[in-house]
Amino acid sequence: MPKSGELKLTTRGDREILMTRDFNAPRHLVWDAFTKPELIKRWLLGPDGWSMPVCEVDLRVGGKYRYVWRNDSDGQEMGMGGVFRKVDRPNRIINTEKFDEAWYPGEAVNTTEFAEQSGKTTVTQNILYESKDARDGILKSGMESGVSRSYERLEEVLASTAPARTTKAEATEARQ
Amino acid sequence: MTQSSRLDATFAALADPTRRAILARLALGEASVTELAKPFDMSQPAISKHLKVLERAGLISRGQDAQRRPRRIEAKPLGEADEWLEKYRKLWEKRFRHLDGLLEELKSQQKKRKHTKR
Repeated sequence: MPKSGELKLTTRGDREILMTRDFNAPRHLVWDAFTKPELIKRWLLGPDGWSMPVCEVDLRVGGKYRYVWRNDSDGQEMGMGGVFRKVDRPNRIINTEKFDEAWYPGEAVNTTEFAEQSGKTTVTQNILYESKDARDGILKSGMESGVSRSYERLEEVLASTAPARTTKAEATEARQ
Repeated sequence: MTQSSRLDATFAALADPTRRAILARLALGEASVTELAKPFDMSQPAISKHLKVLERAGLISRGQDAQRRPRRIEAKPLGEADEWLEKYRKLWEKRFRHLDGLLEELKSQQKKRKHTKR
């Protein structure tokens, strides 16, 4: 088991994201937190400054769920949803997931497993995307602004250091 | 290359264990193709193929020495891939910290309920 509270997040192959996390609570409570709208809303947050006005869950095979996050400052919305394929309480949930404004083809299939050991629960999520582009797209989704901010910073740093280095190298080359 | 296709190339390059091992070796310092081939049970042409993939992804470059043509690691594209995974991780870490708090609340509610039942 991973260290309590530590999130293990990795990509596997070209199309998967794997997440594992321990929770200090029995499985039936973790299951509730993952499946009851009034509880999901409390933790399944968007980026900072976003609220979650829509959270609907029809927890049965063939039932749908829908989540919408809203940017409270400019009203921009980001929605996603899907269908439950397997509901095996309290062990496992398999559901499809797709963002409204998907920039990739197809849906992802999310398998969430709950394993209890001495009062603690290990949650393992495996999200399988239809393509590599979709998986890589998700990794940068919803965090674009943060990422582009870091890129801007990175570019600034590179711009301030690179020319000096190039000039020096060019100068050396010219002399040879 | 655009940022997104560069990232595709990075992920594709990193998907292979041999290429990850090559990068791990190069993280210690530059090395020639012969030196890189040594720890692997692989021919030099096979290693060269992997190196080409890494080079196309911009993960490695060739050094100045014309004889040895040493390869060396390029940090920038690796940083980009890591950064995206890192942002995703940050969001989920934040979510799960909130979930930890919620679960504590649910546990104490449950205890109280059991208490009142008795």
